[in-house]
This record gives sequence, structure tokens and C-alpha cells, in this order.
Amino acid sequence: MFWDTAGYTIIVIGVLFDLLGCIGLVRLPDVYNRLQAATKCVTLGTAFLLFGLFLINGFGALGIKALVCAAAVLITSPTGAHALARGSHRGGVKLWEGSVIDKYAEENEGVD
Amino acid sequence: MINILIYVLLFSVALCIYRMGKGPTPPDRAVTLDILGTLMVGFCAILALITGKDFYMNIAISWALLSYVGSIAIAKFLENRSFDE
Repeated sequence: MFWDTAGYTIIVIGVLFDLLGCIGLVRLPDVYNRLQAATKCVTLGTAFLLFGLFLINGFGALGIKALVCAAAVLITSPTGAHALARGSHRGGVKLWEGSVIDKYAEENEGVD
Repeated sequence: MINILIYVLLFSVALCIYRMGKGPTPPDRAVTLDILGTLMVGFCAILALITGKDFYMNIAISWALLSYVGSIAIAKFLENRSFDE
């Protein structure tokens, strides 16, 4: 009973994280801001959701698969977001005009 | 009660599709595709919670890994470089 309550609470928190990440995806001004808001919120939200599923179902087939899936999401989603940010920066997408610093461009002056 | 979670996730997907249609640059659309892949994993988890069947988690694991491969390929494509590098 306790684990059911804890699991449903964590699942609701995860879904709210997903919603906030997607609101950030719509509201923020340029691609880097959108990337950092949406990727972090949605990754953590989905990992919370899968962990809540593990708490409800315990060490059965479903719970263990949920844990494996949470590990896969936690590893792959930030890596893909990093690759997308690097690709869009090197592809020539400009920053928002309100941005104050661009360390990556400063460090790579003169490098291809 | 648990249908509310499905509706909230559907609203998130609607926001993502709005950004995918409006997004001014191609990386916006690529980011949205990555986010949609992660949201689908959440959908599979909710479906597994409702029905109690465990094969939805197989779909979720393979969807997460394939979405990662797609994101890496699109990132290399956005960089205007070849895939060998």
C-alpha cells in the first residue's frame, strides 16, 4: 500500500515535469534555450515515471524492464541532446540576441 | 483517475507538434523529434501501468534506443559533415 502511494506520487510528479518541459519548448526564444529546458525536464520526467512504475510493480518482469528502460533513457537522451546542440552550433544557427556569452565560439576561433 | 495522466501527456505532445510546425530553424524540429521520442516512452509506461502487460516495456526500451540513433544521425547531418567523421 505504501509503495503504491509512493509510486503514484512519483508518476504524477514525472508527468508534471513532462508538461513543464513542453511548455518551455514552446515559450523559450531560441534553439539552445529550448533544448536545455525541454531535454532536462522531459528526461527526468520520463525517468521518474518509469521509476514509479518499478515502485508499484516490484521485482517482476515489468518492474525490471522499467528500471532498464529508465537507465537507457537517462544515458541516451542527454547524449543525443548534446550532439544536437553541437551540430546546430557548428551548422551556423545564431544565438538569441539577448544571450550574453558564447564560450564555445570563443574557444573554437580559428578551428574549422 | 489515471486517464488524466494520458490527457496531460497528450497536451504535451500537442505543444511539441506546435513547435515542430512553427519552428524557424531545422534544429528546432530535430529537438522536437528527440523530445517526442522520449514522450512516447512515457506513453508506453502509462499503458503498461493501465493494462498490466509487460511487453509495452519492450517497445519502450527499443523506442528509446532507436530514437537515440536517429538523433545522432540528424545531428551529424545538421553539422554539414559526412557520416564517416
